Amino acid sequence: MNKNKQNNYLLTDYQMAEFVSKGYLMFENIIDNKTNKKFLKEIGHTSSALNKKNKNQSWLNEHYDSIMKTSKIPLVKAGTPLKKAYTKDSALKDVISNPILSGAIKSLVGSKSKLDHHFLHITFPSKYYNKGQQKLSQGNHNDCVIDPREKTFDIQLFYFPTAVDKKMGGTRYIPGSHFRMVNEFAIARYHNIKGQKHVICPAGTVIIFHHNIWHGAGVNNSDKIRYAFKIRLMPAERQIKLWTENSFKNTDNEEPLYWNNGNKKNSVREILQKTEPWFEADSGRLDIMNRIRLWRHLTNDKNFDAAYWLTRIENDFK
Amino acid sequence: MKKQDILILYLSTSSLESDVIGWARHFGDKKKIGMPGDNDSPPYERGIEAIHDGWKLFQTSQLEQHAKGDEYRTGYLKYEFFFEKIQ
Repeated sequence: MNKNKQNNYLLTDYQMAEFVSKGYLMFENIIDNKTNKKFLKEIGHTSSALNKKNKNQSWLNEHYDSIMKTSKIPLVKAGTPLKKAYTKDSALKDVISNPILSGAIKSLVGSKSKLDHHFLHITFPSKYYNKGQQKLSQGNHNDCVIDPREKTFDIQLFYFPTAVDKKMGGTRYIPGSHFRMVNEFAIARYHNIKGQKHVICPAGTVIIFHHNIWHGAGVNNSDKIRYAFKIRLMPAERQIKLWTENSFKNTDNEEPLYWNNGNKKNSVREILQKTEPWFEADSGRLDIMNRIRLWRHLTNDKNFDAAYWLTRIENDFK
Repeated sequence: MKKQDILILYLSTSSLESDVIGWARHFGDKKKIGMPGDNDSPPYERGIEAIHDGWKLFQTSQLEQHAKGDEYRTGYLKYEFFFEKIQ
């Protein structure tokens, strides 16, 4: 993270390029334990509840309903500015006010972003479900219908107030899938994709996802409840140079293509061209071109290119 | 009674010889379950290895011309191969 003149954190150019390339940024353990505990208290979390012998499907449903009705998570109308969504003394206000997270939000969707919706995902241990109703993992999907936007994007914050280990079945996600225009669960047929990741993290971790990334919840095979609090934010302005406060210029030089000295530098261009293990040989190239197009938009630089992907096809003498 | 097992592979190109990039398993035996995220490693490195292992290919996706104006839009995985084993 970089600090601006007002001493506020903002994403670095590399972090922005990483988001454009992968469709997410992970901030491990950035929310302190005091806030995590405060959040769990506010939602009425009780680990002892799971030790009762009468656990069954109806108890789980009732418990979920009870948390929805009694927790301190506010009811917020869609379109409410994020700044006004949470009260001062709430754990969620503390979460979004975390300087690193707040800087990342500002960098991605600006300081006037609005809340689309929020939701507390609760995944109970699978053994508490009724016999014959074995819990299956959630199919891969994106959180939208067909979304034709190529430049503007929403972000989704996933806040994990407790540690998530492998047995707890944390969210599965597919890095680099956010440019793929599909319709929600139409992709559920894709059970496994090479390079898929599963959230395993310490308490207080926040992952910021592009709204279109492919993901799905896993089965909780542990004895612990898994929580993921999601906040979807939409920008209220064009997402141009928000992380640099309008001072950014693409300056790193393009290296000769293919025939070069092999000394690859860590640069925005390199990050934008990193392929994913699941990319098809042909469509993966199109994904890289779409990353470059988004970077052009974010930096307001119509001439930016990496490895001549766009310049080559734009050299058209009509 | 013989039952049908299904293997769905997604490959990196239209060639059956190319790399596996996505997969799903479904079982005729209802005691077995194939579910999303059940394995991070592909069952085969390349599509042809499924044939070598006795799977019968019964469907592949078609190659379709790119729609004008939408040539650079990416979406669903393109190279889908359905296999079965009756056992």
